[in-house]
Amino acid sequence: MSEPLAVAAKNLAEEFTAAGVRDRLDFLLEFSDNLAPLPQRYLDHPDLLERVEECQAPVFLFTEVEDGLVSTFFSAPEEAPTTRGFAGILHELLNLRSVAEVLAFSDEFPDTLGLAEAVSPLRLRGMRAMLYRLKRQVREKNAV
Amino acid sequence: MPIDFEQNPKFAEYAHPEVLVSVQWLKAHLGTPGLVVVESDEDVLLYDVGHIPGAVKIDWHTDLNDPVTRDYVDGTGFAALMERSGISRDTTVVIYGDKSNWWAAYALWVFKLFGHQDVRLLDGGRQAWIESGSEVTREVSSVAAASYPVVTRDDSSIRAFRDDVLAHFGNPIVDIRSPQEYSGERTHMPDYPQEGALRAGHIPSAVSVPWARAVKEDQTFKSREALEAIYQGEKGLKPGDSVIAYCRIGERSSHSWFVLTYLLGFDNVRNYDGSWTEWGNLVGVPIHKGEDAGPVPAKAS
Repeated sequence: MSEPLAVAAKNLAEEFTAAGVRDRLDFLLEFSDNLAPLPQRYLDHPDLLERVEECQAPVFLFTEVEDGLVSTFFSAPEEAPTTRGFAGILHELLNLRSVAEVLAFSDEFPDTLGLAEAVSPLRLRGMRAMLYRLKRQVREKNAV
Repeated sequence: MPIDFEQNPKFAEYAHPEVLVSVQWLKAHLGTPGLVVVESDEDVLLYDVGHIPGAVKIDWHTDLNDPVTRDYVDGTGFAALMERSGISRDTTVVIYGDKSNWWAAYALWVFKLFGHQDVRLLDGGRQAWIESGSEVTREVSSVAAASYPVVTRDDSSIRAFRDDVLAHFGNPIVDIRSPQEYSGERTHMPDYPQEGALRAGHIPSAVSVPWARAVKEDQTFKSREALEAIYQGEKGLKPGDSVIAYCRIGERSSHSWFVLTYLLGFDNVRNYDGSWTEWGNLVGVPIHKGEDAGPVPAKAS
């Protein structure tokens, strides 16, 4: 993870938008397929996870802040691959980034991927909500 | 030529047994020329995770809805969708999907707006197929060449607009949302906050029959007798009634429209697809809060 977050996000957005609509969906599906399972400590304690109410599928997220670094964890069912794909993208970009980088990350990022026409704007709102909640958690944990 | 209808004792009791197929029937008929299987889900990627071999995807947002106007595609758009899906005017189409076939029923309803003759639902939908242990694949289906005429969409017989609702008062209206949405406790369905409205409650005089009451735990439709007990017995609807069904955006009410029309044989049921996301935001129309249906408003002239 050598490149700054903003650069990584821009590169990813360019990869998405350079592809046709069909390929964007395949790309999103790869992120869904590769979403890491939750570590055991969260599987044992689902109460620690925050539900993203704005998503139609039951998606949960949790962040840890340690030594100024953010770790992100997501869980979404196999039957909700679009939501899993959104989670996978956010995890790839934001996991193990500094608090400052995560908090400075653009709220508009979900709109830069060209996914509105591939999955519809309504569905894309779920990703904005995940990002919003994730940043809020990091802000709260960093203040402690 | 339509493919043989399924002879199934459960379906035989319904008013129109020809609109349903079982998992067993579909397994036996996959690959039959003249049959196209369509998956229609809430999640646009679910088909891509694994689908019935040979099935094509039709998505409610990106295929059936017009991207600009809040409306369905027009005749030209529908013909193009059919041709890229390998469907001709005389093709037998079997639709299935997630969430007890919400979106499958919605797609079927849109097919009927264009008068497609032979469209059937897979009883139990995607879940029934998967739980039966039947094969799913990620392989992209090859689509047969097809030719589909440009048919003008008929919005007059099974679709209701807001003015139709205003002129309908005094006739039955069925609200198929959750009890909390009906009473006005919340402006959106549990888990679907992004489809909210400025006002919470229901269209005055509408009776509440949440859609899920039509299906069993395994997501297949209840028997005709059980459905009659709910819609006709408990709610007092009669097959000759003019009925309008609505939900938030018209998808769950397509499911109830399907039940009333094809399983119970009501011949005058319309789906108000504007539903609560329109009515609950509309200036100047009455709503009613609470668990009771509320007064019947005066009919618009």
